[in-house]
Amino acid sequence: MNHKQITYFPRKDLIGFAILAAVLMLVLPMALDVFRLNLVGKYLTYAFVAIGLVLCWGYGGILSLGQGVFFGLGGYCMAMFLKLESSDPESTKIQSTPGIPDFMDWNQITELPWWWEPFYSLPFTLFAVVAVPVLFAFIISVAMFKRRVGGVYFAIITQAIAAILTILIIGQQGYTGGVNGITDLRTLLGWDIRTDEAKTILYFVCCLLLLASLATAQIIRRNKVGRILVAMRDQEDRVRFSGYDVSNFKIFVFCMAAAFSAIGGAMFTLQVGFMSPSFVGIVPSIEMVIYCAVGGRLSLLGAVYGSLLVNWAKTSLSESFPELWLFGLGALFIGVVLAFPNGIAGLFQRYVEPYMPAWYHGRVAAKASEKGNSTTSGDNVTPDTSEEVPTGSDKQPATLKGGHYVNAE
Amino acid sequence: MSTQNDFVLAVEGLSVSFDGFKAVNDLSFYVDEGEIRVIIGPNGAGKTTVLDLICGRTQATEGSIRFRGKELTKMKEHAIVHAGVGRKFQNPSIYEDLTVFENLELSYPKGYTVFGALAFKRDAAVIEEVERIADTIFLSEELEKPAGLLSHGQKQWLEIGMLLIQKPDLLMLDEPVAGMSVAERRQTAILLRRITEGRSVIVIEHDMHFVEEIADRVTVLHQGKVLSEGSMERVKNDPKVVEVYLGH
Repeated sequence: MNHKQITYFPRKDLIGFAILAAVLMLVLPMALDVFRLNLVGKYLTYAFVAIGLVLCWGYGGILSLGQGVFFGLGGYCMAMFLKLESSDPESTKIQSTPGIPDFMDWNQITELPWWWEPFYSLPFTLFAVVAVPVLFAFIISVAMFKRRVGGVYFAIITQAIAAILTILIIGQQGYTGGVNGITDLRTLLGWDIRTDEAKTILYFVCCLLLLASLATAQIIRRNKVGRILVAMRDQEDRVRFSGYDVSNFKIFVFCMAAAFSAIGGAMFTLQVGFMSPSFVGIVPSIEMVIYCAVGGRLSLLGAVYGSLLVNWAKTSLSESFPELWLFGLGALFIGVVLAFPNGIAGLFQRYVEPYMPAWYHGRVAAKASEKGNSTTSGDNVTPDTSEEVPTGSDKQPATLKGGHYVNAE
Repeated sequence: MSTQNDFVLAVEGLSVSFDGFKAVNDLSFYVDEGEIRVIIGPNGAGKTTVLDLICGRTQATEGSIRFRGKELTKMKEHAIVHAGVGRKFQNPSIYEDLTVFENLELSYPKGYTVFGALAFKRDAAVIEEVERIADTIFLSEELEKPAGLLSHGQKQWLEIGMLLIQKPDLLMLDEPVAGMSVAERRQTAILLRRITEGRSVIVIEHDMHFVEEIADRVTVLHQGKVLSEGSMERVKNDPKVVEVYLGH
């Protein structure tokens, strides 16, 4: 019987992954010039955040409006390394203190702060890119979840943290580069990251990391942890009284989301060439939630497409009508909430998947045909619920997942 | 001071107040090994609060709850579960988005920590146990169904099954037959009798026929205190009980 095996990558998902990989690694590089490809690379860095949000928000029911914090921390760690490398005494000899980053010199700082020192080392930086945001996420989530702060309060607090961190970065101009951020990044261990060739290579690195993150998230989603997250979202007390320390699972998923965001942030710095507080605060954090919501908060692949689509729309709209973009984004979010709560992925599952050929559904279709015609047409995707999990408790039970379920009551 | 170790559960001098209102007031009772104890009482008597206190959902203001000699009042909910206390809620609380199988599997006592859950394998022992329990709770045919599609009675059974799979020594059921049809009630009574072999059970129930059918002893609560205790026969004929509860 079906329930006897847990497959981490059922056929449907495998096909989805393969298509995404082909689009990212073959179609786009062939179709786009380096400038546009670099833009797509930038969009993809937000997809890391969106993947984290799928786990944390879609599955765990923990809405974080402060993912920019982790994106930013990851990005800043990377930027600090690159900045130090481009601030060698030779190229900064016109400064009053050569050998320190230019913005420090402008702010009358004459010595590199001690906490910048470790970022001379690339291995340490790569470690810090993930470790610093995760540690921060761990502290936040332990403080919140062990005290059973959740839901809307948690969302507001994460938002406040995003605001605080932005203010802190801007206020400590001499140590952080202030509102301009850390700019003028040039080389990575002597390798110029501003050339077309480097940008293409970084794009592929970004794609590979994204696919690896997707695979990791998929394994968590299909694992027992994924089912506990769904259970927790719907009946937290039941999970607690089944012997689980609920807060630990929340801490885990929040830290995972932070880790994904941080990798995205570091890739952003590398591909775009700078990092600034405008990617840390409230507005970018909420935008990241919108990417996830548009793509579909229960779908990892949807989150990637959502990030690409919204950012592509943002770029093209703000090229022609810069003042309209925020209205457009607001309208999009309202549209998603009202009309298609499961995002693009939900629309796909509802209108496209039922018409996919049997091989796409793999063993699900086989099972349906075993049963003969006991189910109505188009219903044959529904029996295997382990494939995707319908959305949260704010909805009628079991009416979701493309509207295939009919509520028994 | 007492022979607490003879009892599975010893509740002594238990009080809890919410903003000055004493929901449970200096309550003491003892549950024997293998006993089915039914708690009855009018609305607001503190029945559900007592279960909340035992399972750690509510912190006691005063008093002690000892389970096999272990003090529960200072323990975390999940630790109380691990000690062997299972609790069923009044409204069926199951995971509607997961299948019946997955509901039971999540309650299987293995992989409680994050890393334990990451390493959790759906092995033969798990499947066998889930199927065995599903058989007990009349849901063998529904294993693949999302739990949200079950009928109300089936949801109640599923939650009982989720407790059974934890193998608790003390099972606490809050109104297990509320909202069930007559046929389902009868089946539930059979189920309860079957599952209570080898463990102690505390049941809160309003349905007197059902209580009579299953109870070894009955505790009547009124305003957070024990009004009467003993066999159903004795309690039924207690004038105090008749006045505040059964008379209505």
